[in-house]
Amino acid sequence: MKILVCISKTPDTTAKISFNGDQTFNAAGVQFIMNPYDEWYALVKALEIQEANGGTVTLINVGGADNETIIRKGLAIGAENAVRINTEPASAMSTAFQIASYAKSQGFDLIFTGKETIDFNAAEVGAMVAEYLDMPYVSFANEMKLNGNTAIIGREIEGGTETVEVDLPIVISAAKGLAEQRIPNMRGIMMAKSKPLEVMDPAPFQDNVTTKQFELPTAKSAVKMVDPENMDELVRLLHEEAKVI
Amino acid sequence: MSVLVFAESHDNTFKKPALESVFFGKKTAEKLGTQCVALVLGNAENPGQLGKYGADKVIHLSDASLANFDSQVYSSVIAQVAQATGSNVVVLAHSSNGKALTGRLAVKMNAACVSGVNALPETNGGFTISKSVYSGKATVHYALNAENKIISIMGNSLSPQIIGNDCPVESVAVNIPAAKVKVVNVDRVVGQVPLPEAEKVVSGGRGLKGPENWGIVEELAQVLGATTACSRPVADADWRPHHEHVGQTGIAIRPNLYIAIGISGAIQHLAGVNNSKVIVVINKDPEAPFFKGADYGVCGDLFEVVPKLTEALKKFKAQH
Ligand SMILES: Cc1cc2nc3c(=O)[nH]c(=O)nc-3n(C[C@H](O)[C@H](O)[C@H](O)COP(=O)(O)OP(=O)(O)OC[C@H]3O[C@@H](n4cnc5c(N)ncnc54)[C@H](O)[C@@H]3O)c2cc1C
Repeated sequence: MKILVCISKTPDTTAKISFNGDQTFNAAGVQFIMNPYDEWYALVKALEIQEANGGTVTLINVGGADNETIIRKGLAIGAENAVRINTEPASAMSTAFQIASYAKSQGFDLIFTGKETIDFNAAEVGAMVAEYLDMPYVSFANEMKLNGNTAIIGREIEGGTETVEVDLPIVISAAKGLAEQRIPNMRGIMMAKSKPLEVMDPAPFQDNVTTKQFELPTAKSAVKMVDPENMDELVRLLHEEAKVI
Repeated sequence: MSVLVFAESHDNTFKKPALESVFFGKKTAEKLGTQCVALVLGNAENPGQLGKYGADKVIHLSDASLANFDSQVYSSVIAQVAQATGSNVVVLAHSSNGKALTGRLAVKMNAACVSGVNALPETNGGFTISKSVYSGKATVHYALNAENKIISIMGNSLSPQIIGNDCPVESVAVNIPAAKVKVVNVDRVVGQVPLPEAEKVVSGGRGLKGPENWGIVEELAQVLGATTACSRPVADADWRPHHEHVGQTGIAIRPNLYIAIGISGAIQHLAGVNNSKVIVVINKDPEAPFFKGADYGVCGDLFEVVPKLTEALKKFKAQH
């Protein structure tokens, strides 16, 4: 079983968000992490499958050298080797294009992404990789079993789960429930230091979406406190002032 | 040139995301001075009703094989219909199926694509569109610089209005590829509006102490006609089903009214709910961070406050 796991770097949710004058992200003082869906669910499910069926788990990341911290973390959790495509991930499409360009000649049976990144929540990369490689795609998987060459996968849908069956090779995006988070142990961290991390040049790509501007939200007006003994007043406010009931 | 809207139907009917997409598509078409074509795949009752929400025409392909959702098949069919109708803007809902299609379609149609937008595009001198990013801590404006454009819209971004009458329904010839993904079972809660579509949500946190206490949450939700949700530790402890978990690692919602009961308001929770139009927080701790992000706050014991609120709402409903 040859498995590829796509990992990305995002600011931690608690980070203070601000932008530079040229509309780029101000990274000063921001703590970056591996996108939780990639780390907790995609990578761990890939490792579980590899442990049960044999094979290899390879990580891929599109980004600069400072992404190596999260790549080493993925190796410490258990991936065998990693590839970094040395270019800024300017858009979902450019990222997917780089991943697909690498994967197309490698014969992966399974390609995992997280269901979305927690900063832009686009949920696009997995679908795009699948289209570039002309492979089936199952989004938002929260359960998965393998029966020979056939995967039986539960995927999140509005208010429930849809179960599908599909033959490998496939692209899957991982949601909560697919696996349990693993914390890297000391041995893993030591071993990660000597695992292969190959740096590759990007394939040429022309982006068709550009960021024009970032805007910070206007401050919310102060909360209006209502006396806990007077719920009629809350109902009145929701009706007359907020107009939501 | 026209705007093509993929209008999802489930169990023969169109839910709110489909109507929102059509209405959004029509408003976009008006800005571009063109018409709005809605595409319906699989069974659907009276697809011409989409005309009420702005479709100038509906293309309905009811081939039995389309009852099975496979992103490869659907994206191929949508791209063929876009070509046949001369559409260079495609609008979808940012729903579970929409999310599986947006990226595929963008690659297939060599299109510029933005998913999860929350407002109509600006079309004066270019085509720009905005979405909320970084857990609601910023809004980004994108310019789409390709002939073809794909947009998926967040639920509750634009409330659909009836602006027309039933419209003509046509079919076009397409080549439907064989599905590789086979749907073998669908397990959906019945009765409640699914969370991403809900206009009102009542959500409970660890402050409720245990699953046996959820009766007061459910009763409040019932009186309001709201959908129930919960914080992550509540779902993790199996007090509530996982599909109710909202927040950064759960579902992101933007209802008109979000009532948070016994939830502290951690940033990861807020990430999924802070786009709600009106937030009410019920918490006994005056220092609970959620009060800072709320519109209305009640500082008190939820076991007393919630039943009182339910009673007050019943009284209100009897009078209105
Ligand atoms: C990477 C990451 C991702 C996460 N993702 C999510 C997510 O998606 N969604 C999410 O919800 N959380 C998420 N969390 C967890 C989050 O940080 C909080 O721990 C969680 O939201 C707290 O849940 P809670 O508010 O229900 O519980 P608590 O923080 O324990 O708060 C309970 C609240 O109830 C109040 N209370 C108690 N008793 C009463 C009473 N009788 N009357 C009134 N009020 C009462 C208390 O004052 C308190 O404010 C995530 C955390 C991490 C690290």
